[in-house]
Amino acid sequence: MATAARKAPAKSVKSSGLSAPKPADFTKDEELAAYRHMLLIRRFEEKAGQLYGMGFIGGFCHLYIGQEAVVTGMKMALIDGDQMITAYRDHGHMLAMELSPRGVMAELTGRRGGLSKGKGGSMHMFSKEKHFYGGHGIVGAQVSLGTGLAFANRYRENKNVSLTYFGDGAANQGQVYESFNMASLWKLPVIFIIENNRYAMGTSVSRSSAETDFSHRGASFKIPGIQVDGMDVRAVKAAADLATEWCRAGNGPLILEMQTYRYRGHSMSDPAKYRSKEEVQKMRSEHDPIEQVKARLIDKKWASEDELKTIDKEVRDIVADAADFAQNDAEPDPSELWTDIVL
Amino acid sequence: MPIEILMPALSPTMEEGNLSKWLKNEGDKVVAGDVIAEIETDKATMEVEAVDEGTIAKIVVPAGTEGVKVNAVIAVLAVDGEDVDKAGEGIGEEPAKAETAAPAPAAAKSEAAAPVAAAPKTEIAADPDIPAGTEMVSTTVREALRDAMAEEMRRDGDVFVMGEEVAEYQGAYKITQGLLQEFGPRRVVDTPITEHGFAGVGVGAAMAGLKPIVEFMTFNFAMQAIDQIINSAAKTLYMSGGQMGAPIVFRGPNGAAARVAAQHSQCYAAWYSHIPGLKVVMPYTAADAKGLLKAAIRDPNPVIFLENEILYGQSFDVPKLDDFVLPIGKARIHKQGKDVTIVSFGIGMTYAIKAEAELRGMGIDAEIIDLRSIRPLDFDTIIASVKKTNRLIVVEEGFPQSSVGDHIANQVSQRAFDFLDAPVITVAGKDVPMPYAANLEKLALPNIGEVVEAVKAVTYR
Repeated sequence: MATAARKAPAKSVKSSGLSAPKPADFTKDEELAAYRHMLLIRRFEEKAGQLYGMGFIGGFCHLYIGQEAVVTGMKMALIDGDQMITAYRDHGHMLAMELSPRGVMAELTGRRGGLSKGKGGSMHMFSKEKHFYGGHGIVGAQVSLGTGLAFANRYRENKNVSLTYFGDGAANQGQVYESFNMASLWKLPVIFIIENNRYAMGTSVSRSSAETDFSHRGASFKIPGIQVDGMDVRAVKAAADLATEWCRAGNGPLILEMQTYRYRGHSMSDPAKYRSKEEVQKMRSEHDPIEQVKARLIDKKWASEDELKTIDKEVRDIVADAADFAQNDAEPDPSELWTDIVL
Repeated sequence: MPIEILMPALSPTMEEGNLSKWLKNEGDKVVAGDVIAEIETDKATMEVEAVDEGTIAKIVVPAGTEGVKVNAVIAVLAVDGEDVDKAGEGIGEEPAKAETAAPAPAAAKSEAAAPVAAAPKTEIAADPDIPAGTEMVSTTVREALRDAMAEEMRRDGDVFVMGEEVAEYQGAYKITQGLLQEFGPRRVVDTPITEHGFAGVGVGAAMAGLKPIVEFMTFNFAMQAIDQIINSAAKTLYMSGGQMGAPIVFRGPNGAAARVAAQHSQCYAAWYSHIPGLKVVMPYTAADAKGLLKAAIRDPNPVIFLENEILYGQSFDVPKLDDFVLPIGKARIHKQGKDVTIVSFGIGMTYAIKAEAELRGMGIDAEIIDLRSIRPLDFDTIIASVKKTNRLIVVEEGFPQSSVGDHIANQVSQRAFDFLDAPVITVAGKDVPMPYAANLEKLALPNIGEVVEAVKAVTYR
């Protein structure tokens, strides 16, 4: 594989001719689906935050509120067998990959019905069936792993693509660049999705990164990159279509810098004093991914306020059911301490 | 004075090599830098260049000679003004073969450089895993490892090997020799020098269902990758509630080679044995290397497979069986005995075996147990032996604190205290970074005398 890959010159960033595509034209059904999926993530995360405050969820808990358009738009471009892997801010990714809200929430509360039987927690959940490969607590580790998923796709000569997510903070880890090098050298079908939410925990991008345009981070490895408005689900979907086609055609990896924003702190215990309330408020009122879809649906008369309220109600019911299950499910049996260590 | 051209050492562990070809004949003039001969080591065929200017007066070791000791005189060079015919007189009258070459100035050096190389061949107790009457073939550890990988790759298309220099170079230590030719670049993958990254790529591929063999050029370099080994490979099965694991083998040379100093000389057996979710294997014989590597590749868990550069070239009997797979987690009684139990593993076995020979002369009948696997660790075999001998010594090259021996001593004291007639003594490497100087290196490693003394102490001799 390595030898064959080396013979075909990779397209350079300049010669790739890639630029951010125009936001996708969504049909009514696509708008409604995006609305419903993003709303599920938001309501789920709000509930998780509430349960954390009530003491049902322990440890670290990183909420995805504000970034919903990224996973939702990316998921819309996937075909069966495409893999997803991310770091610890993973609840939204799992819901996007259609993992059960009950299973995710019960894992957050550490119950036996959790996706990892209560042994993984917020940061460590997986689903072989849904091709979700975690859920990783070590910043940057998922990038090498996601490159390995792409390696397996190439090895099996299938058309699947690995969606490997990481943040602006992880983008400074060394193994990210080791992975870029191998992914490009071997033309692996991996989309490196950098969710730039502007803060690596409490350190802003400008204080931690010499090159703040993350779409350029693959330049030394001939990996083209595109900056995408990560608050607009249509822009994400268009970039996802372009990137998945690029990878499926055998062109190797691609970087998508998703310019996004998290409304909450880094984790539940982060007061987020490193940014102003005005900055957060401005993003919420002017760029909220869910409000954008809602406005379009109403503007185009594709849905009435009442119809949207019905969706809200359905989503709240799903989340309430998940929360109810997660609070009442039993803790793992003590014997589970000793299972799943080795096969 | 004519100049003696000596057999060069071409790697840290080389003790002898084959003089495969002369590129100059007697009477030829050479200048410094001319390639004069080709020497085949156990790792590669290397060219030998002239260092001095002159005329080849005599070729002492003919082309095709095998087992030429390092520092043996292989040719004589007459320098300007010297009589070419007389320059070679009296030199190399005895063939410089392995047994007879006596390179006086190098004797001390080579002994110090590889103090534990070439363990004497002892009678190995019959292995219950090998059917009686099985034909045995003398095989090096290197060949055994290669054969194990090749057999498993033929058997299962999901098995592939990746690492630095594994393909086109044929392996930095020639362990993957011939695999590229048989299996092609899709399954024998040269990586960039990027341990952290390719370990993660391997684990990701394993999570997706492939069965990677990740070769580290040495386990010292795996320090860069240890996060992926432990946090990703070892823990995923547990963190996923049993849904997803990593069927992967991390293998490569481990422990001290010879004269490569602190950063390239340490044993990771105790380190990895600490981690739930990993299996750790460290074979001594070629048969165990083959049978256990095949088992490791088939194992659905991440397996750390610790080899040793000094053992690569050593030959052992390997059973000629179509599919020789050994169980991970089962120790092998290398030699039965009744007076004391000596437990060791990997290259530590060479000290145990040599000490046992000395002890026999003193009337002490030692039982030697080769652990083979460090995790899971076969306490049943150790404790059964201790119940018989009532005395236990553990020998290893690794650092002494929190060593494998410490763990065994602790467990035996908890599980078989009443059977012990003496404290358990652990013989380990010294609590120092590995020094470079030959004499200091020798001091830093365990030695036979320490093992003998430990046995004398526990047998109250």
